[in-house]
Amino acid sequence: MSFSRRETLVLGLGAVALGFMPFRANAAAEDAIAAFTGGAEAGEGGVTLTAPEIAENGNTVPISVDAPGAVSILVLASGNPTPGVAQFNFGELAGSQSASTRIRLAGTQDVVAVAKMADGSFVKTASTVKVTIGGCGG
Amino acid sequence: MAEGVKPRVKVPKKAAAGDTITIKTLISHKMESGQRKGKDGNLVPRSIINRFTAEFNGTPVIDVTMEPAISTNPYVEFEAVVPEEGEFKFTWYDDDGSVYDTAKKIAIG
Amino acid sequence: MNFKAMTALAGALALSAGLANADADEDTLTINGEIEIVTRTAAPDHVDGLSEVISGWHFRADETQALEMDDFDNPGMLGVEAAMEVWETAEGSEGKACADCHESVEETMKGVRAVYPKYNEAAGEVQTLEMVINDCRTERMGAEAWNYTGADITNMVALISSVSRGMPVNVAIDGPAAEMWEQGKELYYTRTGQLELSCANCHEDNYGNMIRADHLSQGQINGFPTYRLKNAKLNSVHARFKGCVRDTRAETYAPGSPEFVALELYVASRGNGLSVEGPSVRN
Repeated sequence: MSFSRRETLVLGLGAVALGFMPFRANAAAEDAIAAFTGGAEAGEGGVTLTAPEIAENGNTVPISVDAPGAVSILVLASGNPTPGVAQFNFGELAGSQSASTRIRLAGTQDVVAVAKMADGSFVKTASTVKVTIGGCGG
Repeated sequence: MAEGVKPRVKVPKKAAAGDTITIKTLISHKMESGQRKGKDGNLVPRSIINRFTAEFNGTPVIDVTMEPAISTNPYVEFEAVVPEEGEFKFTWYDDDGSVYDTAKKIAIG
Repeated sequence: MNFKAMTALAGALALSAGLANADADEDTLTINGEIEIVTRTAAPDHVDGLSEVISGWHFRADETQALEMDDFDNPGMLGVEAAMEVWETAEGSEGKACADCHESVEETMKGVRAVYPKYNEAAGEVQTLEMVINDCRTERMGAEAWNYTGADITNMVALISSVSRGMPVNVAIDGPAAEMWEQGKELYYTRTGQLELSCANCHEDNYGNMIRADHLSQGQINGFPTYRLKNAKLNSVHARFKGCVRDTRAETYAPGSPEFVALELYVASRGNGLSVEGPSVRN
């Protein structure tokens, strides 16, 4: 197989687009974060998001969030048609500020967790999940 | 009320006072996202569980807002502190207005 | 971008996905911390193309595997629970429930899944569990037969399977079942469809390899019915066969047809020695 220069250039651009697409800031996700934080800057650290690096099926992807001392944690799927996933609000008798659930991801994308701490500050983390589409629809 | 909706919870039967325990919950529900097209080509209307809460003897443990991105048969696992003997109450809220609940007692020992 | 370039790009992506996976993994499966499942064992003598038989569980990601290790985490158990209610519920003109004749499913159905499909003397044919259930409904209960791959019957098969978990699959292939077994074997090795693929091309020659982004298993059915993440429901053996044959771009046989019964008998026998695992969880 050989490529003309033009084809090679197009191929390269395609790869670049594919490479960057999952990390592209999603406007709807940004809006949801802003609504949650009231526009406050979210720091790093203090919130952990556990998600598989590769999900076998985007229909059921197990995730966990953990933010010791948080009041609530917002989870967003930045690449879904609508980014909202869940918001965990922790009560007085919560044994930890952590929770696990199973979520739907429309494709390879960043899953984002934003935690609101007891002092009113915010911290944020993100994790890229590759969603594979199997060869056997079966 | 949506068909075949049944809550399930897994709570230890007893704990020591002040212990932190793990609770698993799952409710059978199709979680229709509202983004899927049916056989007739039209969008299937959204029908999901949009909120889940857990409390112990009336004190809140967790309150979860759910969106259509939560998978079919919503599963939530979390931890709770058990200060005394009593009862956990779990409640799920459906888009159609239905409310499903279940309770589990826990002993100290 | 022209078609050639797109194909090349897709190829490069498939290759990089493939590198992340390899053969069946070395994990071990224990359900609820008590039911030990044999997921790898020496192939039965009647299987020429394999030295070891391996449950499909080994070909799945850790996250999917974990869902099967505890009944609470396994969404397939929702189907088992639903069938348990049906088991106790009278239906049909005779006003009978399954429990009226068969009493406790844990006792009377233990070991049943492991030996099906099985030759039935009275019927003079090899029967699947689905066929036996529907016979019971129409002959003894005076109820309507269930759709062969519908939720009702698949839930019931899952309930019956669940009480045999951990027992070795031991399907008889000799005597009166021999003829149908040979027919199933022939189907297994016959290429079908526009893609000209036989069952063996993927599940015997290429298990452990990637078919696009899917990790090919041996196509064992000891874990059926299986809850698939893809469609979030329990799937029956014949529904899966149908999907598989359709993927070769062939006209498929109908669920419940003699051809699929023969194929089920043959494929089940390839897993003799593995544990009954249904309801399992797959992608």
